[in-house]
Amino acid sequence: MRRRDALPGLGLTLGITWLWLGLIVLVPLSALAIRPWELGLAGVWASVTEPRVLASLRLSFGAALLAALVDLPLGLLVAWVVVRYRFPGRRLLDAAIDLPFALPTAVAGLALTALYAPNGWLGAPLAAMGVTVAFTPLGVVVALAFVGLPFIVRMVEPVLRDLGPEAEEAAATLGATRWQAWRLVVLPALGPALASGLALAFARAVGEYGSVIFIAGNRPMESEIAPLLIVARLEQYDYAGAAALGLAMLLLSFALLLAFGLVQRWLRRGMA
Amino acid sequence: MRRATEEPAWLRWLLCLAAVGLLALFLALPLAAVFTEALRRGIGPALAALEDPDAVAAIGLTLLVAAIAVPVNLVGGVAAAWAIAQFDFPGRRLLTVLIELPFSVSPVISGLVYVLVFGAQGWLGPWLETRGLQVIFALPGLVLATIFVTFPFVARTLIPLMQAQGRAEAEAAATLGASGWQIFRRVTLPNIRWALLSGVLLCNARAMGEFGAVSVVSGHVRGETNTMPLHVEILYNEYQFVGAFAVAALLALLALVTLGAKAVLERMGGRRLESA
Repeated sequence: MRRRDALPGLGLTLGITWLWLGLIVLVPLSALAIRPWELGLAGVWASVTEPRVLASLRLSFGAALLAALVDLPLGLLVAWVVVRYRFPGRRLLDAAIDLPFALPTAVAGLALTALYAPNGWLGAPLAAMGVTVAFTPLGVVVALAFVGLPFIVRMVEPVLRDLGPEAEEAAATLGATRWQAWRLVVLPALGPALASGLALAFARAVGEYGSVIFIAGNRPMESEIAPLLIVARLEQYDYAGAAALGLAMLLLSFALLLAFGLVQRWLRRGMA
Repeated sequence: MRRATEEPAWLRWLLCLAAVGLLALFLALPLAAVFTEALRRGIGPALAALEDPDAVAAIGLTLLVAAIAVPVNLVGGVAAAWAIAQFDFPGRRLLTVLIELPFSVSPVISGLVYVLVFGAQGWLGPWLETRGLQVIFALPGLVLATIFVTFPFVARTLIPLMQAQGRAEAEAAATLGASGWQIFRRVTLPNIRWALLSGVLLCNARAMGEFGAVSVVSGHVRGETNTMPLHVEILYNEYQFVGAFAVAALLALLALVTLGAKAVLERMGGRRLESA
């Protein structure tokens, strides 16, 4: 038998927690796991391999990966500046990083569309250079990069802060140039944090909806994201088809994140 | 002389400028665009759009949904943090992972799962319908979807903090005969109040701003099941740009206030930790 604990409340709080989790998350999610199979195995397969579905999955996962990769150097730059340098407005900059977290996605979508539309502040000069952002797959990447940036910064910041100057001082003492110290000492130390940030930004971007649908143009086969296709199927009361696509998205992103985690662990072991 | 672990001054300035420029272009400019578009025809039409009965109904509904969803997640999050941070029990790691789960689910899927359970062809939908209770395309559905997407906020801010603080103080209080509720009120709560407030704030901001999940369960009935972000979309699709951006600007203000308050709370929490 377990030793009686000095602190009270485990039974009560654990009961509340499981009830809350069960009713809100687990039971509804189980519907996602069960309902697609009303179509039968072949039906589910047919439903998630329609050309239009495959195109939307390619766009959602491809644009999410691209956006996360774009965010990687940008997030690293911002984190580095905020942690290492003192300059006027640094506090404001630090607080502003979380804006994409706090800004409702529909507002972000509207704002980015206004900005990058052919007559927008950024869209007009870009159009003059022959680049169209709004209502193309590029617009999807821009919106997803906006949403994902804080994930990289917030993962890198604490590691960079804890890193301290000692290792870099040692490198300098041993004759390393600043660039060598940065590339051979700092960057490897930030590796795991960068990888986690990349995974988080990607995971968020894959399912993103509100900030994308305004700027994407939503043309089937070209700029239609997978979540939008789920909505379209629901509007036709195709519950099983919507659930099949939702389940496929969820399993695909979990599988990718799992593979990513394994690679990360392997890399970390290689470094140690 | 420059320290060996410092970049040359020109490079430091260049990097600072690049970061500031990047954030200005990437974050400030979209925000500025929202307010500019809202005020394109002056403050009058923008305010008129906010006073429109449908907009007022949307604002009221958004407040109502948040007023139900946030307290539910507050109670659940505090209970989860109490159990997970202070006790060891079978399934603890699993529970921690499951609580984070809603953050890795697409907002659209978060709405979809409730349609699968409560919709017209859902598991419980028809049965509830005969008893006169409609969940999807009604308030309960909006509330459920909002609880789902804001589920982890409170728990995930509290768990690491309470773990770091340990349970010695709470145990001491228990030894002195304090009840569980007394320990929570007098010992735990003062230690976590700023983080708790910060978690609630973030939870609230997301609850009021959620789009994808509520969009799926709302049905988009004006004046009835339209929250503010959904109202923005409707106005935009009807080419009522000033109105759409006016409501969007109101939501953007909410985000700015949340960010400011969060920064203040973090400083207060940090100061507390330093003085402790």
